[in-house]
Amino acid sequence: MTSVGEVQGAATPTTPPPPEVEAESRRLAGMHRFIAQIRSARGVPKWILYSGIGIVLFFLILAIFAPLIAPYGFADSSSGGVDFPKQAAPSGSHLFGTTVQSTDVLSRVIWGARTELEVVVLAVFLALAVGVPLGLISGYLGGKLDRVLVLIMDALFAFPYLLLAIVIAFLLSDKIGQGILTAAIAITIVYIPQYFRVVRNHVISVREEPYVEAARAMGAKRRTIIGRYVFFNVIQNVPVIATLNAADAILTLAALGFLGYGVQPTQASEWGYDVFRALSDAADGIWWTGLFPGFAIVLLVVGFTLVGEGLNDILNPLIRYRRVNKPEMEEAEAAE
Amino acid sequence: MTRAHETSLRTYILTRIALALPTVLILLTMVFLLMRVAPGNPIQAALGGHVPQAQIQKREERAGYDKPILEQYVNYLGDAFTLNLGNSLTDHRPVTDIIKDNGAATVELTVAAFLVAVVVGVSIGLAAGRWRDTPVDISGRMFGIVIYAVPPFFLGFLAQLVFADSLGWLPVSGRASPEITATLDTHTNFYLIDTLINGDWNAFWDCFLHLILPAVTLGLVISGVIIRLVRVNLMQTMRGDYVEAARARGLGERRVVLHHAFRNALVPVITVAGLQLALLLGGAILTEETFNWPGIGYQLVRYLDERDYIAVQGIITVFAIAVVIVSVLIDLINAFVDPRVRYS
Repeated sequence: MTSVGEVQGAATPTTPPPPEVEAESRRLAGMHRFIAQIRSARGVPKWILYSGIGIVLFFLILAIFAPLIAPYGFADSSSGGVDFPKQAAPSGSHLFGTTVQSTDVLSRVIWGARTELEVVVLAVFLALAVGVPLGLISGYLGGKLDRVLVLIMDALFAFPYLLLAIVIAFLLSDKIGQGILTAAIAITIVYIPQYFRVVRNHVISVREEPYVEAARAMGAKRRTIIGRYVFFNVIQNVPVIATLNAADAILTLAALGFLGYGVQPTQASEWGYDVFRALSDAADGIWWTGLFPGFAIVLLVVGFTLVGEGLNDILNPLIRYRRVNKPEMEEAEAAE
Repeated sequence: MTRAHETSLRTYILTRIALALPTVLILLTMVFLLMRVAPGNPIQAALGGHVPQAQIQKREERAGYDKPILEQYVNYLGDAFTLNLGNSLTDHRPVTDIIKDNGAATVELTVAAFLVAVVVGVSIGLAAGRWRDTPVDISGRMFGIVIYAVPPFFLGFLAQLVFADSLGWLPVSGRASPEITATLDTHTNFYLIDTLINGDWNAFWDCFLHLILPAVTLGLVISGVIIRLVRVNLMQTMRGDYVEAARARGLGERRVVLHHAFRNALVPVITVAGLQLALLLGGAILTEETFNWPGIGYQLVRYLDERDYIAVQGIITVFAIAVVIVSVLIDLINAFVDPRVRYS
């Protein structure tokens, strides 16, 4: 470490600060490699990834164009002065039937896509924005800060995640009220430890690599080293975790809604809450109020999971290289 | 050899337990901070408007809310370690009683669900890993992904719709029929055990029927994780040198898979499956709520709705301690089973 310091002093005046353009092109190169890897995917992983993307896109379109696609508003119990029937079975005028509050199930499912995706995007973004920098700093600097953060994050990670989300949503609902932000924060806190752990552990293995050592020797600032050399080598794992977390986040949001601590029913339509309302219908043989929102949850979660699994198969070099290892050798050669 | 062996195991156990203490402390601190700092005054929140102000003040003094926050913190930690968790605000039940009474229902449900999960998960996972990249594998994997994506409450809704409502084979919800509950002599609060002690087969059968839908619902949801785990493990084991060696010795494929690969693939599964406790507890809350199963999760949701902070705090405290104890136990089992763990 001391020798690095000496070299640092000597090297600083001779190395000009690298221009921003170079950093930009390097970033783009990383993107290109990422896309090229996905393009080169074949067989089952490709099929998994593409069907996942298809499902997620379908819900994204529903969410964005909900006002155009949905026949009615999510809370409408009448249209053009005509009241909707109560708990009516699916028919021509209400394709998915109506609920006990006379709302249109199809409209609620479509508007629900918007709620789910809003919360999930917000939650994943917040968790990334907190978890990744914390992991980078903790892993690179090490020392006492690292030890304390690891203890806290491990404790958070050990705690039953749904319970944590419920308690946080419950406490926040007293403070800032129930809503999309409350639900997103509750979910965020559950997922921060995951990003933290993955990023930190990866940083620790990357920290002593020759290219980082070289950057240090060239006199690069700590911020530059973390921001460029460490960050871009560590970030590859994040898309996989983020998509798998998005799947989990939808389940958590639906669970919160089911228990009454999710998005307030007057603010937006939420699938988990709808299934909760439908439970009392099940005993009377009314299936449509719970079946459609429930299927929507399953389908969207499966979509995100498939994207995550597909990306994992394609991007994870360990699995990729192992494929070409022993017994599958001939197959791989034949495919080439 | 054996002496060194024992010493290392003892050292490992002691270190592991010593390391668990800070985790418990951090979790309890988090629970305290969450429950105490965020909402202001718990008693006011739970009883404000229902009870005269003077009485609220008296209660606050008794619960120690008028003391400085640091003193409250120390008191809370002391109470948590001696499991003296106070009485609930709304129905005046000691929190330890809640844990004892409703805990039995939760344990009964989760143990049954775990059995379902292991049986379903291990068999599908082994089949998928054994016949890798065949239709068996792909459908097994798809089943795992889809079942993981089904919220327990939706699976429960479907199960109620089909098996309770349409077919009428099983009861919709509850832990036992009302007439059985009314006459049941409880010894352990585990209904299946209690009815056996009483020798009442009718009651046992009734409780068993009530357990089926909740246990299968929760078990299937958990099985998704186990399928994935067993499959990947088996695939890794099949690549192992000893499997190759067994093949080279001319053993039949059937014997290689059953005797050499399966067993070794299952060892890590035992321990990792134990770590699904968080998933199991989360799922249990939802399953209990769906089937009106009077466990801790069901009770917790009631107390949350009533803003009973003492009960909520007590239940979460117990959960926090339980989670750490279980993770230590799993690590210890792991150390017994796999000697490599204790030397690292």
